[in-house]
Amino acid sequence: MAKNDVKVLGAWPSTFVMRPRIALNIKSVNYEFLEETFGSKSELLLQSNPVHKKIPVLIHGDKPICESMIIVEYIDEVWTSGPSILPSDPYDRAIQRFWAAYVDEKWFAAMRGLRIAQGEERKAFLDQVTEGLALLEEAFGKCSKGKAFFGGDRIGLLDIAFGSLLGWLRVTEKVGKVKLLDEAKTPGLVKWAESFCADAAVKSIMPETEKLIEFSKLLMAQMKGAPPPKN
Amino acid sequence: MAEVKLHGRWYSPFPYRVIWALKLKGISYEYIEEDLSNKSPLLLQYNPVHKKIPVLVHSGKPICESMIIIEYIEEKWPQTPLLPSDPYERAKARFWVKFVEEKAPAFWSLYRSTGEEQKKALKDSSETLKIVEEQGLGEKKFFGGDSIGIVDIAFGAIAHWFGVFEEIVEVKVLEAHAFPRLHAWKVNFEEVPVIKENLPDRDKMLDHFKKRRIESLSASQ
Repeated sequence: MAKNDVKVLGAWPSTFVMRPRIALNIKSVNYEFLEETFGSKSELLLQSNPVHKKIPVLIHGDKPICESMIIVEYIDEVWTSGPSILPSDPYDRAIQRFWAAYVDEKWFAAMRGLRIAQGEERKAFLDQVTEGLALLEEAFGKCSKGKAFFGGDRIGLLDIAFGSLLGWLRVTEKVGKVKLLDEAKTPGLVKWAESFCADAAVKSIMPETEKLIEFSKLLMAQMKGAPPPKN
Repeated sequence: MAEVKLHGRWYSPFPYRVIWALKLKGISYEYIEEDLSNKSPLLLQYNPVHKKIPVLVHSGKPICESMIIIEYIEEKWPQTPLLPSDPYERAKARFWVKFVEEKAPAFWSLYRSTGEEQKKALKDSSETLKIVEEQGLGEKKFFGGDSIGIVDIAFGAIAHWFGVFEEIVEVKVLEAHAFPRLHAWKVNFEEVPVIKENLPDRDKMLDHFKKRRIESLSASQ
């Protein structure tokens, strides 16, 4: 399929944007990466995602697909000749979807809180994050069954959902001077994180921690109401 | 045939989604009523992360989260499909399921709050209904087309409970003049035999939720 038949609207620092890109890489699908300008939304984005006006959006031919994990499932269903992203057994699929939803609905909110909050509130978020990691460590043991990934031998749905957060997790560890993934408490996840980031589908698109730290300063400024930088 | 059990609570919308899916596909199951003020050891074992209902237990294996349960049911029992077969249409259906799930708190909030907070809930729920009607439902009879599908089930539960809440707080939002297509959709949805025959008793619901509202409002003073 010609490269410009598949487009991803996104931005390099975004956790959510990484997810469809990893999925497309797994399937060896060429795509055009259309980067949004920080601080503004393109006409194409507003047209393709009128409900949320958010990235990522996958545009396949003329069809826009929105919501990162929904895009990942779409990619898995369309490109069936590549390796499968979801397991074949319905129960295993339900487990992967359960933990992906947990990461997005509960754990992500706690991580965001940890990055922004101060004092007592920060401590509460830290507790939530570490409790969540303990649960995910246990889930990793059960899902991986001794293999490298939640998906087994290869990266799967839950690896993509959770692994895409590793860049920002490292930013939080460095800037917040806190150890989240720990060889003593979460040994499985420590090894998994290394394997995930080294994987061919992930390596070229996982943002460097230093670059994300730089970007987070821009984000903080925007949150405080500073005008976006001219480019 | 391997056994299917559903743990639920009679006044919660979420187990009904699962009941409707099971009934539409003709799957026999055992229903187990849980007391949420005194959660059973079995529930805590089946859903240690969230400690919530519904939980579907199939051949002893638990599945949690209503919409994840429905995707499981769809994959295990493909008859009377609830999702379209085309991947793009499936992605759109899943988009609307996610959308209504994320916006649901505003609907509960209308019932739970008063004053300014309730006014905000009214505004938010109206905005959601507008988007769902115009962009989700469009000109279709059901979100699933001619017959009900996964989005109808997901939103149908929210809409039905919302109707009970509107009655209790005496605030009407989903009205025919404001949302003609969505209002018609709700009427049609609740006429589908599987839905009609599998809803909690309305008087019981009104009684239960009225009492709960009084309790929670007085507790927060």
